Amino acid sequence: MLTVAQRVKERGVHAALLACALVSILTTLGIVWVLLTESLAFFQQVSPWDFYLGTRWAPLLEPRSYGVLPLVCGTFLVAGSALLVAIPVGLATAVFLSEYATPRMRGAAKPVLEVLAGVPTVVYGYFALMFITPHVLRPLLPGTGVFNAASAAIVVGVMIIPTIASLSDDALRAVPRSLREGAYALSTTKFEVSARVTVPAALSGIVAAILLALARAIGETMAVALAAGMTPNLTANPLASIQTMTSYIVQVSLGDTPAGTIEYQTIFAVGLTLFLITLATNLVAQRVMRRFREVYE
Amino acid sequence: MVKLMTPEVRPTTANSAGTFTVSVAPKEGSDAAHQVVASPVIEARDVTICYGGTLAVRSVSLRIPERQVTAIIGPSGCGKSTLLRAINRMNDFIPSMSITGSLLFNGTDVYGAKTDPVELRSRIGMVFQKPNPFPKSIFRNVAWGAKINGYRGHIEELVEKSLRQAALWGEVKDKLHDSAYALSGGQQQRLCIARAIALSPEVLLMDEPCSALDPIATAKIEDLIDQLKSRFTVVLVTHNMQQAARVSDRTAFMYMGELIEYDATDLIFTKPKQQRTQDYITGRFG
Repeated sequence: MLTVAQRVKERGVHAALLACALVSILTTLGIVWVLLTESLAFFQQVSPWDFYLGTRWAPLLEPRSYGVLPLVCGTFLVAGSALLVAIPVGLATAVFLSEYATPRMRGAAKPVLEVLAGVPTVVYGYFALMFITPHVLRPLLPGTGVFNAASAAIVVGVMIIPTIASLSDDALRAVPRSLREGAYALSTTKFEVSARVTVPAALSGIVAAILLALARAIGETMAVALAAGMTPNLTANPLASIQTMTSYIVQVSLGDTPAGTIEYQTIFAVGLTLFLITLATNLVAQRVMRRFREVYE
Repeated sequence: MVKLMTPEVRPTTANSAGTFTVSVAPKEGSDAAHQVVASPVIEARDVTICYGGTLAVRSVSLRIPERQVTAIIGPSGCGKSTLLRAINRMNDFIPSMSITGSLLFNGTDVYGAKTDPVELRSRIGMVFQKPNPFPKSIFRNVAWGAKINGYRGHIEELVEKSLRQAALWGEVKDKLHDSAYALSGGQQQRLCIARAIALSPEVLLMDEPCSALDPIATAKIEDLIDQLKSRFTVVLVTHNMQQAARVSDRTAFMYMGELIEYDATDLIFTKPKQQRTQDYITGRFG
């Protein structure tokens, strides 16, 4: 039997733990609430049709125009190109770590990856602006602007390599040893086993890793705000200056736009759109990941 | 990774205490199984295998004859699987493994500098404890290994032939493109045998192939092993003494990493020379 004092203490602990758990839930609900109410106010003045299908984004200049597509396009240009950098390097790293590296090499390589993941993103942005654009891109491709999507894509790509490498490594290592042994026993080389058995068997885990990395690339702010510029631009040219959804939010947040105005409300509409895109990507990634877990039961 | 002694410097302890080679005098009225193995397919000479600091196999010497079934029996942890996996170098994947002594396949050193383990495994196939088909169709499970090894012939014929030899063709011929995972455990294990023999190996190593199967599936695999020995040399590791007695021509009994006794199966089970063999087969331990 618990004494009264014990019972009171138990209740107190229970309540304290619940309160901590509620902090993050309430914060999330609060963010969604603010996004929704402010966006609703925005959509009362600008039709969602004009917002989602308009091709010119100029909320701060006359004549005003609220077509978000240039920002969405800029975001996907950077995120998509970042994946072109990150998928080959990240996947090769994962295959190396899980199939080729000795436990000692693995022990040494994993912390290095984590360091890469720990570099502040503003440093990446600075690196893109001060090194990649002037010393790599411009000598190679003279038409490159000072601000360009390519330099941002390269650093965002490097930034998400640890995500892809580490999660894909986990997926590859989850492939049962018996499957590898079965393949090796059929007179196959390490590369054949990796490429034809292990990677296909871990494919859903790898796809989930890529989707999570994509969600991160879409949400990345500082590096792209620094390196890619502030020019809304409906283009597929990576050498041009563009603006992403996140950099637009930075631009308005840092400026002196008064609260309550339609310019101010645009960032909530853009933020809601961004939130929905990353949420969808994460949900798809989780779904793919869950399916992958069931394959070898 | 693998420490090797050259045959010249290898200490000749083949008959030292605890180790018995097969140099037993032929028995009167002996059939082939009772003969000394004159030209073995696989020969272990004083093989010792360690994992890190743990001794798994201690100076084992034995000669495995061609186109017969050789069973290796013994209690769990006696080193029988380790010895089996040394033959096709599947232990190479364990970084702490070291092996001394020499292991010969058709007279060439399995761990010699000139031996390519990948090439070696095309001549020494393996079937594992748990059926481990690939998550592919039945057809592709059999065709995969042959294709990757550059098989030039008619692949459909090879798949059919291999499945027939594995006594599985009748059961799967109408669903070759279904997933191998849809098969029962026993069928999956026969599929793994088909997959191994599609490479036309000389030797088939079987590592407790029936331990995950029910008695009916086990009986089918045992019948199959009996047929396979007309074409392949079979080395069968089993913890099931009845199975060894039923299917093998020769039996090796291992205990605590040592080879205690190796002889014709009927002799091992009727007139064992060693007390420990006697104790094991009569169920006094293990």
